[in-house]
Amino acid sequence: MATEIPKNHKKRNDAILIAALLLAAGILFLATGAAKKDGAQVCVYVDGARAASYSLFENREIPLAYDGHNTLKIEAGAASVTDADCPDRLCVKQRAISKQGETIVCLPHRLIVKIEGGDAPDVDGVVR
Amino acid sequence: MRSRRAHRLAFYALMLALAMIFSYLETLIPVPFFVPGMKLGLANVVTMVVLYKIGAREAAVISLARICLSALLFSGAFGLIYSLAGGALSLAVMILLKRSGRFGMTGVSVAGGVCHNFAQIGVAALLLETGALLSYLPVLVVSGAVTGWLIGMLGGLLLSKLARLHL
Repeated sequence: MATEIPKNHKKRNDAILIAALLLAAGILFLATGAAKKDGAQVCVYVDGARAASYSLFENREIPLAYDGHNTLKIEAGAASVTDADCPDRLCVKQRAISKQGETIVCLPHRLIVKIEGGDAPDVDGVVR
Repeated sequence: MRSRRAHRLAFYALMLALAMIFSYLETLIPVPFFVPGMKLGLANVVTMVVLYKIGAREAAVISLARICLSALLFSGAFGLIYSLAGGALSLAVMILLKRSGRFGMTGVSVAGGVCHNFAQIGVAALLLETGALLSYLPVLVVSGAVTGWLIGMLGGLLLSKLARLHL
């Protein structure tokens, strides 16, 4: 650096950087959040592959046993994970989801619970 | 010369210990609402201080040691790849921004916080082979900016306290 940039210029640049990041976040939020519709089914993905799907219109608790145990609860058109034996149990802390595209993630079990659209569960939904 | 090296060694040890304490403290703080990859990043205060007080290489070494040790002690090997990705990208960006000389500590720290979250969600999306996680991006950018700002302030405070320390 030939000349040191004055401190107030750095502060101004910092402010610009922060504003730009927040603006980008806002745009992203609007772009991803605007088209949120109520979901019809909740799908379970393990390792990125779809493992099962269930209707959101039927209240029940489903035990999921893939890499570990997670309990999926469906109530009033929303899905949540109410119990799990993963080390961090962060999936249990996540809020119930009901809009299309919303997810609950359990990283230790490589499990994703995702809300999707459609009228009814897929034909390949798992029957237990 | 020898005493200068000893001073530095003691300083690194102190900083690493401080980073470990921060990492431990962080495991005690419950996250109010959960988004994968979201955290306070207190240990980054140490990375900032070492980066500004000593240099980029030293900051990288301390941060790598902290990540490996805290994975062993607190989060388990499962979290290691996420922490490594987050640490590497955020440090790389912080070093570049600092070197550019155009940004203050706050800006550097904010960029670091955002990049940390960015890398973590990116790795998670790759490992789980899903784009669904990317819907967390806006929240993670904002939380990274907020925590980065706080961490930058804390780092600045700590640096000013350490100003009389010549290493």
